[in-house]
Amino acid sequence: MRATPLQRLLVTIAGWLVALLLFFPIAWAVLTSFKSERDATTPGLLFSPTLDSYQEVFARADYFHFALNSIVISVGGTVLALVFAIPAAYAMAFHPTERTRSTLLWMLSTKMLPPVGVLVPIYLLFRTAGLLDTKSGLVMIYALMNLPIIVWMLFTFYKEVPNEILEAGRMDGARTWSEVWFLLLPLTMPGVASTGLLSLILCWNEAFWSLNLTSAGAAPLTAFIASFSSPEGLFFAKLSAASTMAVAPILVFGWFSQRQLVQGLTFGAVK
Amino acid sequence: MSAVLASEAETPPRLLQKVGSLLLLPSVIVLLAWMIIPLVMTLWFSIQYYNLIDPTTTGFAGLDNYRYLVTDPDFWVSLQNTLVLVASVLVVTVGLGTLLAVVFNEPFPGRNVARVLAISPFFVMPTVSALVWKNLMMHPIYGVFGALARGVGIQPVDWFAEYPLSSVIAIVSWEWLPFALLILLTAVQSLDHEQREAARMDGAGVWAQFFFITLPHLSRAISVVVMIETIFLLTVFAEIFVTTSGGPGNATTNLAFLIYARALLQYDVGGASAGGVVAIVLANVVAFFLVRSIARRLEV
Repeated sequence: MRATPLQRLLVTIAGWLVALLLFFPIAWAVLTSFKSERDATTPGLLFSPTLDSYQEVFARADYFHFALNSIVISVGGTVLALVFAIPAAYAMAFHPTERTRSTLLWMLSTKMLPPVGVLVPIYLLFRTAGLLDTKSGLVMIYALMNLPIIVWMLFTFYKEVPNEILEAGRMDGARTWSEVWFLLLPLTMPGVASTGLLSLILCWNEAFWSLNLTSAGAAPLTAFIASFSSPEGLFFAKLSAASTMAVAPILVFGWFSQRQLVQGLTFGAVK
Repeated sequence: MSAVLASEAETPPRLLQKVGSLLLLPSVIVLLAWMIIPLVMTLWFSIQYYNLIDPTTTGFAGLDNYRYLVTDPDFWVSLQNTLVLVASVLVVTVGLGTLLAVVFNEPFPGRNVARVLAISPFFVMPTVSALVWKNLMMHPIYGVFGALARGVGIQPVDWFAEYPLSSVIAIVSWEWLPFALLILLTAVQSLDHEQREAARMDGAGVWAQFFFITLPHLSRAISVVVMIETIFLLTVFAEIFVTTSGGPGNATTNLAFLIYARALLQYDVGGASAGGVVAIVLANVVAFFLVRSIARRLEV
């Protein structure tokens, strides 16, 4: 009824072609990571797979140290941002004033402040406060960095909650805190989850602050991988193994959570 | 007892507003501090002579740092590169993203798997995408593109030497296309089928349907994509840091990389801060127009 077989065929080909093309670099990196260094220099599909590169990457850098830093910083930054954002989004969605709209837009505009514009002061402040190369320093930065977007996303989710439900709760004597805790949080759990997911991904992949504010102790995976870009020699297989290790956790995480993520990403633009 | 409950149920609006602003306050305060403190410091440093490793360079500089900046040809190139990068990536991702969203909205065998593959680049960290593209894809000798070129008998192209900015644009577009696709796809899915069906009945062709029904429906989603992407694209850094370090020459130096180089490679805090002020002004000019036009489209 909808499409002719020919159209169907064309759409199938187009869809899969695009998907494979977009995914190709990732797949190729994973493939190369199983080659020996000698095989890696010739782009061929025939090779005898080996785990040598992974062993060498493990020997050269403490992967788990970097990975743990990534996890701590991403989760910490996300949780901290949510702690600030949930009350703020709640207040703006359910107790709006004439200033709510401009407050929201102002918050978003702070996100437009380019990190480079304030790199120097932050760097110096961090140096003075002894926060350079610490996880807590990056947690703070990441929370602030993502706060505007998180507030905005939560706000759009809260807006979707019908006011009658809250009215009913208030009639039953629910106070503000219990209102948030027992009514809103369960109702908007999917929204909070997808907001948190996006924040985790943004934190995990952030590569400006992490490269400039950490050296060894608190360096996350973005710095781990950047250390393989040194021109001391091109070791493609090792580079690919390190890339695969840096990306795999968040990629798998993203695959499983993509439905959740899509919900949150639309910023209320889609009704 | 019942009187107490009643008074609680009818909480006066004044009190509710107070509770509301109390809850909002923490976020506003930290964001205000996050904005104001570094901004004031940047402004202050930008009128000082200040070098991180040379303690003899001190004192009031007036507008010297700015004068030095605007007479530096690198600065104008970096400004141009920044704008070209943002505009090109926006055009590529929104354009392709819209087309792909329409394709991925049609049912076809294995669509869910294909969709997951297509959005995967979004989850890859910029440092990794840059490294993979630079070495495994675009390397003239060992890369896949080079091998393909030799396979059909063409001279392989040294992408980062010959088309440096376009190469960076290609990488950044690859990273952001999935984001555009995701949001636009959700918007396309919410499109009213009956409306399209009616248009089809009236004899609207595929293209007419696309231009007169799908595209207008997508305008809100497109503005969200433009807004979010612009925020991130104005400050692209890791991709340049890893692939070209701003070169060759200044061909891929954007404002973000210029300031980084001034501050942490040349230790010239004063000069870097002047650049930072320019970056902030630029972002605010863009933000002003962007936020205004978005605000009109979004129901807040």
